[in-house]
Amino acid sequence: MENDPSAMALAVNLVLEGDYQLYGIIGLSLQVSLLATLIATGIGLPLAAWLAIARFPGRGAAVTVLNAMLGLPPVVVGLFVYLSLSRAGPLGELGLLFTPAAMVIAQTILITPIVAAIGLRSLEDFNTEYAEQLRALGLSRRERAWTLLAEARFSLATAVLAGFGRAVAEVGAVMIVGGNIAGVTRVMTTAIALETSKGDLALALALGLVLIAIALSVNAAASLIREIGRRSAGEITIRGEA
Amino acid sequence: MLKHILTRLALAALLVAGGLQNAQAAERFITVASTTSTANSGLFDHILPLFTDKTGIEVRVVAVGTGQAIKLARNGDADVLFVHHKPSEEAFVADGFGVERVDVMYNDFVIVGPSEDPAGIKASSDVLQALNTIAQSGAPFASRGDDSGTHKRERSLWKEAGIDSPSGDWYRETGSGMGATLNTAHGMGAYALTDRATWLSFKNKDGFEIIFEGDKRMFNQYGIIAVSPDKFPHVKIDDATAFVNWVVSKDGQAAIADYTVGGTQLFFPNAPMQGS
Amino acid sequence: MPRDGTGIPVGSEQVTLRGIRVQRAGRTVLDIPTWSLPLSGGVTALIGPNGAGKTTLLRLLHDLLAPDAGSVDWPDGAPPRRAILLQSPVLLRRTVAANLDFVLTRRGLDKPERQRQTTLLLERARLSDRHDAAARHLSGGQQRRLALAQALAQAPRMLLLDEPTAGLDPAAAGALETMVAEAAAAGIAVVLSSHEMGQVRRLADRVLFLNQGRPFETGRLPALFDAPKSPELNAFLKGDLIC
Repeated sequence: MENDPSAMALAVNLVLEGDYQLYGIIGLSLQVSLLATLIATGIGLPLAAWLAIARFPGRGAAVTVLNAMLGLPPVVVGLFVYLSLSRAGPLGELGLLFTPAAMVIAQTILITPIVAAIGLRSLEDFNTEYAEQLRALGLSRRERAWTLLAEARFSLATAVLAGFGRAVAEVGAVMIVGGNIAGVTRVMTTAIALETSKGDLALALALGLVLIAIALSVNAAASLIREIGRRSAGEITIRGEA
Repeated sequence: MLKHILTRLALAALLVAGGLQNAQAAERFITVASTTSTANSGLFDHILPLFTDKTGIEVRVVAVGTGQAIKLARNGDADVLFVHHKPSEEAFVADGFGVERVDVMYNDFVIVGPSEDPAGIKASSDVLQALNTIAQSGAPFASRGDDSGTHKRERSLWKEAGIDSPSGDWYRETGSGMGATLNTAHGMGAYALTDRATWLSFKNKDGFEIIFEGDKRMFNQYGIIAVSPDKFPHVKIDDATAFVNWVVSKDGQAAIADYTVGGTQLFFPNAPMQGS
Repeated sequence: MPRDGTGIPVGSEQVTLRGIRVQRAGRTVLDIPTWSLPLSGGVTALIGPNGAGKTTLLRLLHDLLAPDAGSVDWPDGAPPRRAILLQSPVLLRRTVAANLDFVLTRRGLDKPERQRQTTLLLERARLSDRHDAAARHLSGGQQRRLALAQALAQAPRMLLLDEPTAGLDPAAAGALETMVAEAAAAGIAVVLSSHEMGQVRRLADRVLFLNQGRPFETGRLPALFDAPKSPELNAFLKGDLIC
């Protein structure tokens, strides 16, 4: 697109000048998506740990459902949350529609399966490695689940980051339940959608570049922390001659 | 170890949630369900601060198509409805969802398209002839297809022109907002019906211009309605009424008339004059 | 103290296996009509060719495995505290000290006590200088000693060791044997499986010879090795019995 250079310049300008209430929008994007990620982590990882350890009839089906939920369309999630939070819906009394809280709820629903499903994959590997040893140490099922989570913490960071990435980049659900209200529920993605619809493609692209830069920074910071942690914890395996 | 991590997570969650609380700090606000044309044209950015300064009431605008805005209000998710499709608005009030419908302002719809006017509609005597010419020439036409006010108007114009349900390769429903539809039309060199305000504030129009305008049938009236507290007790009727009254007041009407883009006035106030 | 033929002091506390049968994929991997083991200390070695059921028996004694038939009868009806060193122990992705602290924390000890015991256990494992090293960066021998220290951190009355020195060089094996001998000297009942008869002679007081899941012979050392009664044990000791 021939707009690229001007979009890049515009992006730099946006950041430097703090125009467009940019910092407020970035701040809200980060707050909403980080909170959704924290909640999704709090729900998704214990769920994954339980699925990694538990053996019960229907477990395979549960895992299949979980994996299928990776593909949840954001708009459907948004619609579901809208219908729940609408005054005409079951949770209308709470008055949460068109608030950041509603956006957190929608994003949490959207990314909990992502955190859980990706987390489950590494937890299953860790369980294969640790199951016998942790039983040998006399751990109960619950203790084993927690220990697996602690041991896999650096691998699980990937799952959490994937969840955050999806949350911060998502537009369909937050548009519906947040309403893209200026100064209240406008986040990076809905601002981009708005500018696109106003035909201001350069500004939309500039906002997009800022969003990408944010996502990159968060990921870079997380990988740095993970690498440092990994090294100090001896993640690199040296397993005797046995 | 894990407890530490969990404690830290919970702490972080509280901090972030605390931040959100601050973001929502405004105590007194109303929610207005309106259309993209009023919001995207910058009209609200111009007039709402004046109202907020005067009354201390923040106005939160959810800008969607007229059809969706009416659905939001019918679900009780807005305090005020500010849209542009009179028949739907009157039905809304008749069904008991709104207190009263008041005219606020008008502008008009225009047909935009490639400057070279491939179907040759520029010289049409009226909009009906213009639409018929487009249909016969097979030049592409991008329709909103989203049950918005503009879409409803477009459908009724087609009907008046004797084409009950336009269809074929040339007729493309985008199923999206005005801006997205204009972007699409621009991308495929199609004609489109749009309100003048959105068009004037739309930026992506290289090689595109207004091809046909000025037919009385393309008059675009906006109305405002406070959502009925009888239907939804939670509606902030006092503040909603304050807003409605202000919009149709001398001050509000003057603020609307003041708003221009590139020297062109976008909306023309026409609220019935009030005593006060 | 009077002893019976198996070398168990009469009247001492002992665990008794009765009618034990363990099956895997339709095959009987362990079949012990009756066998007793003292809990009052000493080292019992389980020997026998591969697939004889040594590991299965150890896992059974630790409840890692439930028998398909039969019972394990503990004195007073409840098993004592047991710890097991698996043949391929998996250390936690933490420091050496944290690996021990993890086990000590589960015992509900307070922090000063945990630190005291960690210091003590690291001394016994000859790992005092590796206190803050990443456990999984240790050498094979060191990892095995840390895993044994982890087992000892559980304060077991019974310590089960599955091929504790398999794959270690002689020096590393020697260091581990020293730890085992010290544990036995401290009164912990040790049961270990081993392929190395030299190690069995050095460490064990008693031996159970298993073959094809069945106990063939049991007795005290060195008497049993000097005069094996069954032709199978005789063949095994001479290196002829390889299954």
